[in-house]
Amino acid sequence: MSERRAHIVGVGESEYTRWGKIGDITEHALACRAIKKAVADAGLTLDDVDGLASFAEDRNEAIFLAAELGLPALRFGNMVWMPGGGGGCAAVSNAAMAVETGQAEVVVVYRSLCQGQFFRFGTGGVSAEAAPDPEPPTLQQANSLLMASMGFAMPYGLLMAAAAYALPTRRHMHLYGTTSEQLGMLAVTFREHASRNPRAVMGERPLTLEDHQASPMIADPHRLFDCCLESDGACAVVVTTAERARDLAKRPVEILASEQGTPKGYAFGPFTNANVADEIYATGGGEEMANRLYGKAGVGPADVDVAQLYDHFTGCVLMQIEDYGFCERGEGGSFIESGALAWGSGSLPTNTHGGSLSEAYIHGLNHVVEGVRSLRDESTSPVDGAEVCLVTSAACVPSSAVLLGRK
Amino acid sequence: MTERYFPDGMPPPMADGITLPWWQAAAEHRLLVQRCGSCGHSQLPPSPICSECRSEDTGWHEVSGRGELYTYTVVHRPIAAGQELPYVIGVISLEGSGGVRMISNIVDVDPEALSVGMPLEVAWEDMSDDLAIPRFRPRAD
Ligand SMILES: [Zn+2]
Repeated sequence: MSERRAHIVGVGESEYTRWGKIGDITEHALACRAIKKAVADAGLTLDDVDGLASFAEDRNEAIFLAAELGLPALRFGNMVWMPGGGGGCAAVSNAAMAVETGQAEVVVVYRSLCQGQFFRFGTGGVSAEAAPDPEPPTLQQANSLLMASMGFAMPYGLLMAAAAYALPTRRHMHLYGTTSEQLGMLAVTFREHASRNPRAVMGERPLTLEDHQASPMIADPHRLFDCCLESDGACAVVVTTAERARDLAKRPVEILASEQGTPKGYAFGPFTNANVADEIYATGGGEEMANRLYGKAGVGPADVDVAQLYDHFTGCVLMQIEDYGFCERGEGGSFIESGALAWGSGSLPTNTHGGSLSEAYIHGLNHVVEGVRSLRDESTSPVDGAEVCLVTSAACVPSSAVLLGRK
Repeated sequence: MTERYFPDGMPPPMADGITLPWWQAAAEHRLLVQRCGSCGHSQLPPSPICSECRSEDTGWHEVSGRGELYTYTVVHRPIAAGQELPYVIGVISLEGSGGVRMISNIVDVDPEALSVGMPLEVAWEDMSDDLAIPRFRPRAD
């Protein structure tokens, strides 16, 4: 193996809370805190860090963080063009490319969210509490390609992610008979995993299928407990070369393969992709990416011992399970029903930290953190002998994924 | 003015040079899809080039406003003050469009009666003198 092969050598996070609850520290200060913890976890110091990588909509720009952290130099500063959390694994992938090609030695991927200090993520800053505009509504000038595209979604009220991702999920239910109870079982399973995780925001709040079915409808078929949490918190992941990884504090985790994926016409996912091919509308859009990922790593779905799947909404997890070949298309519902995702008994323990549904929604970078822990035997829901972990970032929207391997 | 379904405070559409003609036609209650003058491919949202043959010879084709429901969601959280709940967002397959689908609202419908494949027709909503939004309602055939 090449001496420059990329490995993850450190992970760290701040406290996770409900959204808006971290107000005593700024968002960039929280980013610094998570980065320091991840670097310390690796047995490195900030003097070793020469790269920072993040993904779409990050308010905490690498150039300023580098100055705040006192990095001796910022050789690699990178941001992925993906909506929301879709770029989490892609940021790890970019960090890996940077160290493998010698553009940097130690790159930290980070995400920090203090939503009470800004507008609530996923609202576009629009609030139903605002007084109606006294002027008659008129066509506005779009100041970006995003806004011109969203011109075909926003006037219909399609701004809330829970509504957008309901569209492919409802189509999946129509095509394959997927049920709300099957989606609920997934939420219940992840909550059970969170019950062992002291970091999990919902760790002490048990959830039953009855609770799920009784929870308020947000955007049919999404009930409240089909939707991920909205959280404050920060986490970070340290990437460096095999050579550097060898004598650090913790067992390194190899990045076996990474991929980004945006099928033809996908743009901003269900906000704008009404015209993608019929065959991929009711999928997570990740099937081709999955095949490339497995091909590069030389493994298949049966080799995946544990998975951390981006869970913005339950139905999107179900469609990823099909995309990544853990069951046939249309059988995701019965796969969940079989208990396959459950820690301790299932064939594919998934979201062993509780996921964004129950640990925290740090735009999915916390799934990479858990992926590393699951291969270091540090997870609070450990999977004995796990050698390969799949981590995904988003689905039904431009997304990315990595396969991680135990050293 | 046409019947009103949504309050003034709904987010207004935003247009750039590529999408502006679509909205100008909408103001006249004409529903367009973009149709390639070179290969005949139809698409929405409008784009500077044809996504199939990559020609810049993009033109417009007016459709009837009939269609059927491809998928939908019944939304229980408001976007704008004074909005009636729940409301329905759907994807509509447009008849005679060359396979184009668009996002819109389904109005004048009991959410319980929604089903994929149900026939629909356009229901224009004049939001102001120069802004009309195409919503859709069930169609009795
Ligand atoms: Zn063409």
